[in-house]
Amino acid sequence: MDFDLMITSLPKLLSASLITLKLLSASLIAGIVLGLLFAILRLSKNIVINQFAYGYSYVFRGTPLLVQIFIIYFGLGQIEYLRSTFLWVILKEPYWCAIIAFALNTGAYTSEILRSAFQTIKPGIIEAGKSLGISSKIIFYKIQIPIAIRQSLPAYGNEIILMMKGTSLASTVTLMDLTGVAKYIISTTFKPIEVFIVAGGIYLFMTFLIHNLIKYLEKKYSFQ
Amino acid sequence: MELLYFGDKGWGDELVTATFMTIVVSITAMFIGFFFALIFTPLKLSKNKFLNFFSNSYTTVIRGVPELLVIYLFFFGGSGAIMYVASIFGYKDYIEINAFLTGSFSIGIISGAYSTEVFRGAIQSIDKGQFEAAKVLGVNKFTQFYKIILPQMLRLAIPNLSNVWQITLKDTSLISVTGLVEIMRQSYIAAGSTRDPLFFYSFAAVLYLMLTYISMKLINRLEVKYSRGH
Repeated sequence: MDFDLMITSLPKLLSASLITLKLLSASLIAGIVLGLLFAILRLSKNIVINQFAYGYSYVFRGTPLLVQIFIIYFGLGQIEYLRSTFLWVILKEPYWCAIIAFALNTGAYTSEILRSAFQTIKPGIIEAGKSLGISSKIIFYKIQIPIAIRQSLPAYGNEIILMMKGTSLASTVTLMDLTGVAKYIISTTFKPIEVFIVAGGIYLFMTFLIHNLIKYLEKKYSFQ
Repeated sequence: MELLYFGDKGWGDELVTATFMTIVVSITAMFIGFFFALIFTPLKLSKNKFLNFFSNSYTTVIRGVPELLVIYLFFFGGSGAIMYVASIFGYKDYIEINAFLTGSFSIGIISGAYSTEVFRGAIQSIDKGQFEAAKVLGVNKFTQFYKIILPQMLRLAIPNLSNVWQITLKDTSLISVTGLVEIMRQSYIAAGSTRDPLFFYSFAAVLYLMLTYISMKLINRLEVKYSRGH
């Protein structure tokens, strides 16, 4: 065991974990918006809209995240037309490509989580709202959405943790996140176990924090 | 489309081989995972605190740390560890383990952590009366597990195991970093030499979608088979 290496690599890995957190929070925020949008589209009675939303979640859940990042980072740059538009400013940066891929990926999972939450809301709650003369728009925004979000908290907590692990793939498109820096240190020192313990410890600590945050929110917003 | 021709002109045959490699690695990893799960599930359910802690730390660490980091650990650390063991027995030469073994072993360890949780959940949801009945009939613990609990557990576990299979299948794409030529690696090579990454990565996505679709259909059949009489 090389304890010196563990101590000297800790600050580097900690500052790299800030990038991991940035990637995670940016993609989660965009992913929630996408997820809510597509969950609502999934519930639509129009078959075209419905199937479009289903196709989105099917494709992004059925393919590895790595493929999605590579298509966006390496693939889209190939289209000549895109290079001349303002989108190119975003798409040439690996940072934004990674966030776009993560957001689309977590958006697909989030839409499934929210959809099943919407579908498990008891019809009695909506009927109660209707009989009180509340308009269906307000029922949706003030009753259905808050209940669905509460219902989906445990599953969404798992999704946050999966996404945090997913951000490690940013290292494959040259970003120096926690895994990227860990790999760099391993390949220069050839001490994989020490670096794994430190980097893995940081990841586990983040998992622990997320887990407890979700538990706290679940308790705070419980119905009882 | 010419890019997909078989033979020297296109990448069709290479991609077919790569797809088979992905399937083989996934199945090997899944079985290695089952092996780990069969060891760690009883430990998790045992009353011994130390064994409990041991298997809980396995599942917690593996499920809380990115797959890529685990792969790097085995990729860079694997041959070192084996050489260390070999040096105890007096073998001093350099040993290189191949990418297939490293890959399927690291993905297997990851999928084993998920399978352990699935098995644990399934065993815990079996009616307690089953255990008691077996005990009353004087069935020994070994037969009890393999002839009474395991068959009932499998039925309960199949839906969740199908999720584990999907995760394992998608995780194999990460082994491409070790140089094993599966779908992702082959697409990377093809994209590099034809300068057409959009086509090859999209095609890789289609291949993965096909694999997940087919395996879903097969697993649904298994589910029907094992839930006969329920």
